[in-house]
Amino acid sequence: MIPAERSIGEMLTAAGTGNALELRGVTRTFGALAALTDVTLTVKPGERRGVLGSNGAGKTTLFNCVTGDVLPTSGTIRLFGEDVTRFPPHERIRRGLRRTYQISLLFGGLSVLDNVYLACRGVSRGRFSLIRPRRSDALMQSAIELIEAVHLGAYAETLVAELSYGQQRQLEIALALAGAPRFVLFDEPAAGLSPTERSELVEILTNLPRHIGFIIIEHDMDVALRVAESVSMMHNGRIFKEGLPSEIESDPEVQELYLGGGHG
Amino acid sequence: MAIAERRDVEDGALARASRVGGLLQRLPNSYWAVGAILLCLPLVANDFILYQILGWAFILGMIALSLMFLGGYGGMVSLAQMSIAAMAGYMVAILGSSGVQTISLNWPWWLYIPVAILIAAVFATMIGALAVRTEGIYTIMITLAIAAAFFYFTRQNYTIFNGYSGFANVVPPEVFGVNWRTPVPFYYLSMFWAVVSYLAVVYVARSPFGLALQGVRDNPRRMAALGFNVFAHRVAAYAFASVIASIAGILLVWQNAQISPGTAGLPAVIDILVIAIVGGIRRPIGPFIGALIYVLLRTFSPDVLEALGLPGDRFKLLIGFGFLAIVYWSPDGVLGLWERWRRRREGDHDAAAPSGEPR
Repeated sequence: MIPAERSIGEMLTAAGTGNALELRGVTRTFGALAALTDVTLTVKPGERRGVLGSNGAGKTTLFNCVTGDVLPTSGTIRLFGEDVTRFPPHERIRRGLRRTYQISLLFGGLSVLDNVYLACRGVSRGRFSLIRPRRSDALMQSAIELIEAVHLGAYAETLVAELSYGQQRQLEIALALAGAPRFVLFDEPAAGLSPTERSELVEILTNLPRHIGFIIIEHDMDVALRVAESVSMMHNGRIFKEGLPSEIESDPEVQELYLGGGHG
Repeated sequence: MAIAERRDVEDGALARASRVGGLLQRLPNSYWAVGAILLCLPLVANDFILYQILGWAFILGMIALSLMFLGGYGGMVSLAQMSIAAMAGYMVAILGSSGVQTISLNWPWWLYIPVAILIAAVFATMIGALAVRTEGIYTIMITLAIAAAFFYFTRQNYTIFNGYSGFANVVPPEVFGVNWRTPVPFYYLSMFWAVVSYLAVVYVARSPFGLALQGVRDNPRRMAALGFNVFAHRVAAYAFASVIASIAGILLVWQNAQISPGTAGLPAVIDILVIAIVGGIRRPIGPFIGALIYVLLRTFSPDVLEALGLPGDRFKLLIGFGFLAIVYWSPDGVLGLWERWRRRREGDHDAAAPSGEPR
C-alpha cells in the first residue's frame, strides 16, 4: 500500500466521514473471564450487519460496550469517526446510536405513548421541562407516528405492563427508532415471537430508511440472513469470520461451530 | 385525567387564553368539594383546630409530599427532607429577624424568603448529588447520616446556628397589614401553599421531567439508552422537592415562632417518613392524609390514654402501633386501604392485586 493513500484514509476517518461504527482491539474482561478479546469491527453508514454466535459468544457484551453500558477494558470505539470509548451512554445516544434489549427494558408503570414520548424527548431539548406536553406537540406527534409504525396504534394509552410479550417487543423497537437514529443495535429482536410476528419484524427492519445502518444479533438464522447484508461470526469473545450471508451459510467451520452441522 | 387532558387539544391563538379556563373545567368534582370545605372551614372550626391541627398538618404534609415526590416518582427514599426544611427555616431566622440580635441580619422579607429557599435548594442539590450514587437501603442510610450530621452541626455551631438554643421570636412579616401568625390568616397561608405544592406535584408528574423521573425509577439503564442523563435527572428531583420542603420549613418556623436543632432531630426526621408511609407514598394526596392522622394522634392520644388510665406521654406508642398495622396490612398506606375497600364495594374481587405505580 502507498503510504500517502493510507494517511488520507486515516484523515478521512478522523474527520468523521469514515465508518458508522469502528471497534479496534476491544477487549472486555469480567474478573478472569474474557467476554470480548481483541474485537475489531467496522460497519459503514447504512450497512446492515448480522452478528451470529452461540450463547456466551460475547454478542451482548459487544453491544454493551458500544452503548457504554459497560466500558471496554482496552481498545477504542468510534462512532461516526468520533472516539466515544469513554462517553456515558446518554452522550452516545444523542449522537444517533440506538439499541434494543434482548429482554425488554420498558417502563411498565407508564403508557405506550408515554414510553415512546420519553424516547423522543430523550434525544431532543427540554428533557427537564416542567410544562406538560400537548397532543399537538411535534414530539407527541412523532411518538404517535412511531407507535403506528410498529402496529401499536390501538394501544397508545395502555399501560406497558399490560401488553403481550410480542407487543412489548414491538414497543422495544419503537423506542430504538425515536428521534433521528443513524445506527441501531438490535439485540435478538425476534426472540420469543410467533412466526407471524417474525415476518412482521422482518418487514419493519427491511423497510427502515436506507441511511439507517444496524447490527442485529439473532439466533434465528432465517431472520438474520434475510435482513443482514453482511455477517460477522463470534465465538468465545472473538470475531472469527466475516462475509456475505450466503458465504456464511455454506461455510464448513460455521456449520461445525454454530449450527452443529445439522442446519436446514 | 391526564389522558383526557391530552385529548383535549386546542390549537391556534385562542389556545393560551382558554388554557386556564379549560384546566379549571377539567378539575374533578372532588377537587371542588375539598376546596370548598377548606375555604369555609374557618366559619365553623375554632382557632385551635385551624392553627394547631390543620396548619401543622399542612406543613408536615408538604414536607412528606417532598419525600413522596422523590420516593413515589423517583424511587429514592430520602430521610433528609426535614433537614432541608429546617435549613430554610434557619435561614429565615438568620437572614431575617429573630430574638438573637447578634446573629440575625434583619433583611427585608422579599429578600430573605427567596434567598432562604435558594440556599436550602443548593443544600438539597448537594445531598442529592451524594445520595443518587446509591440505591435503595443505601440511599436511606446516607440521607439519614446527613440528617444526623445536620442535627449535630446545628447543635454545636454557635456562630451561625446559635447552637442548642436556636432562634426564638421568628415571626412572619406583616405583608398587606395582616398579622399572619393569627390563626385564620395562618390557616389560609399554610393551606394556600399546601394546595399549590400538591397541584404542582400533580402537574409536574405528567410533564417531561416528571415522566422521565418515573422512567428512571422503572428502568434507569434504559433511560440512559434513550439519551437521558440519569444522574442529573435524579439530582434535579432533589432540587425540585426541596422547594416544597423549604416553603414548609419557613411556615414551620413561623408557626412555632422558633427553630432549634430539635426541629430536625432524628425523631422529627423519622416522623416524616412515617407520615408519608402511613398516608401512602404512591399518590401526592397520601402525605397530607398521613400528616392529618399524625397530628390528630399526637394531639389527642394523651387525652385518650389518660382516659383509659394509662400515662399520657406514651402517645408515641399509639403512633408506633398504627405504623406497624399500616405497614403490615397495607404497604401502600391508608390510601391503599381505601382503594381496596372501594374496589371490594364495586364487586371486584381482585382486591389482592397491587395497585399500580403512581400516575
